[in-house]
Amino acid sequence: MTQPLTLFDKIWAQHEIVKAENGLSLLWVDRHYVHEGSFQGFDKVDARGAKVARPDLTFGIADHYVPTNHSRTFSDPSLKRMNDQIEENTSRHGIMLMGMNDPRQGIVHVVGPEQGLTIPGLVIVCGDSHTATHGALGAIAIGIGASEVSHVLLSQTLWQKKPKRLRVTVDGKTGPGIGAKDIALSIIAKIGTNGAQGHAVEYAGGAIRALTMEGRLTLCNLAIESGARTGMVAPDETTFAYAKGRPFAPKGADFDRAVDAWQLLSSDADAEFDTEVSLDASAIAPVVTWGTSPEDTLPIDAAVPDPAQVTDPDKAQQMQGALDYMGLSPRQKLTDIRVDRVFIGSCTNARIEDLRAAASVLAGRKAKVPGLVSAGSTQVKHQAEQEGLDKIFTAAGLTWGESGCSMCIGINGDTVAPGERCASTTNLNFRGRQGPGARTHLMSPAMVAAAAVTGHLADVRPMLRGRA
Amino acid sequence: MQPFKQLSGGAVALRRDNVDTDQVIPARFLKISRAEGLGDALFRDLRFDADGKPRPDFPLNDPARKGASILIGRRNFGVGSSREAAVYALVDHGFRCVVATSFGDIFAGNSVNNGLVAAIVSEEDIEKLLSAVEQTGRAEVDLEAQTIRAGNYVVPFSIDPARKMRLLNGWDDLDLTATYKDRIEAFAAKDRSERPWAVPVT
Repeated sequence: MTQPLTLFDKIWAQHEIVKAENGLSLLWVDRHYVHEGSFQGFDKVDARGAKVARPDLTFGIADHYVPTNHSRTFSDPSLKRMNDQIEENTSRHGIMLMGMNDPRQGIVHVVGPEQGLTIPGLVIVCGDSHTATHGALGAIAIGIGASEVSHVLLSQTLWQKKPKRLRVTVDGKTGPGIGAKDIALSIIAKIGTNGAQGHAVEYAGGAIRALTMEGRLTLCNLAIESGARTGMVAPDETTFAYAKGRPFAPKGADFDRAVDAWQLLSSDADAEFDTEVSLDASAIAPVVTWGTSPEDTLPIDAAVPDPAQVTDPDKAQQMQGALDYMGLSPRQKLTDIRVDRVFIGSCTNARIEDLRAAASVLAGRKAKVPGLVSAGSTQVKHQAEQEGLDKIFTAAGLTWGESGCSMCIGINGDTVAPGERCASTTNLNFRGRQGPGARTHLMSPAMVAAAAVTGHLADVRPMLRGRA
Repeated sequence: MQPFKQLSGGAVALRRDNVDTDQVIPARFLKISRAEGLGDALFRDLRFDADGKPRPDFPLNDPARKGASILIGRRNFGVGSSREAAVYALVDHGFRCVVATSFGDIFAGNSVNNGLVAAIVSEEDIEKLLSAVEQTGRAEVDLEAQTIRAGNYVVPFSIDPARKMRLLNGWDDLDLTATYKDRIEAFAAKDRSERPWAVPVT
């Protein structure tokens, strides 16, 4: 009798070249995505005078530093230098680059699946923590550091310690106006930002199966924010239909053969997980973050927590510190928090369904605050324009920009000013994440749209009545 | 990489949970190359205010803690972005060991690749170390024995055995990988025939 295996175990076993005595495994890497920030990895390769082992499995994408203005003009020469650097690094090593002016350009974690580079059953790595996104298609997708980037560039392999397995089961049906972002943040609120540390997470259950591929991408994107090594969803008909016909995906008989292999990639019925967590989808409300960690998540009808209610003095002081940074008072209703701007974008929530969700709230309404909408990829941007979504955003008073990481990390010049408060569809609300002194509240695209229209954090549900 | 056996040095306490890598090095400093050094960017926005003035209450700004090589944090140190620059900033500033009750996974991996010890201690012990270090400003780390001494306390720490071996010996990942060259090539050839669909169609 063979041992029952999890989805993660199966893909791991197919990629394990060596299991060393020290407990580490050398894994084969099917796809390596590099971006401007990967330069430290290239520097290490060049310092050895070496060549990239498999440029055919390495793909460059310009996203972190690209300007979102329509003329793609850099605001500072140091930013242009970052873009020049990835052009030089990829060109020198014969790596395909989807650069700033390429119609396929976009955020790496949007472009990979969109172009069919990310498909089920692969091991995928990138020097970016949000690489877990690609696990939505049923792949092991791992965010790595610069030394590991250089290791993969030089060998197309990566040393990893096999993580434990954690299954998050979300059963039941989500209510109207609840998105994958609400599910993902609710999971982080439940288990904490280190709740999944040392684990690979598989998301399962009826509410996960019911998610579209784009919803699953949002969900897995935030796996890292629960401390997980990676997050994944078993591939199914939704996945196969999504992958089929994409530019780099297998074609014809190869595709059929791939689907045969992918169909085996689900956890066996009696497979054991080291940890199990479950959530009831029907109990999930639209959520927002109030503090400076993604675990600082509460339903929109709640109030800011009170440090006086916290017994551990260090934790109380830390909470007070977060409130001071965020400019909030204990017990203040979340819906009373006024915002200065909004941002709709990032690898978390800037796919076409995200833009549609925001537009469905903004249609025929005006935003009370300024804001930027940056599509997850140039292709998503074009599709949104074909659907007239850009007109809805601009009519509401928001800026329609080009695609890139933009205000999620704020290193291309798109920043939130010190002390300003931003309702954002992004993934991290760390201090200074969107710029020094910036105050970030994370939420779904629909909730950001609601904040834009009302000028404060708001429950989107009443605003959706009578709308699709 | 330089082997790490024992370290006796200045220590500084940072009583914070969730010190994310955006705090360790804000993203605007990620353009700096390693050759230029990233030590000045370490904890930049925690150490200095918007006008560039040092914040007197930030522990690293205490003149008595200058030159510290051991950092005592709390829960979930190095969470967030995968930026290895967070480790570069710590190392370039002079740190060789960070102690916490848990670490961000990618940060811990990046640490070992740069000879930085990421030592995990219990919730109870971290409080002892924080208090002791706040008084004495010194600690001793013994990687072989997996202990940290500060003041009157000697507490055990945990670290992945493979990472410990690499740190003790100063081994580089790539040297080890090179010894498996034949097996990697054999794997790639076999995999190519078994999973023809796994190669991108170009």
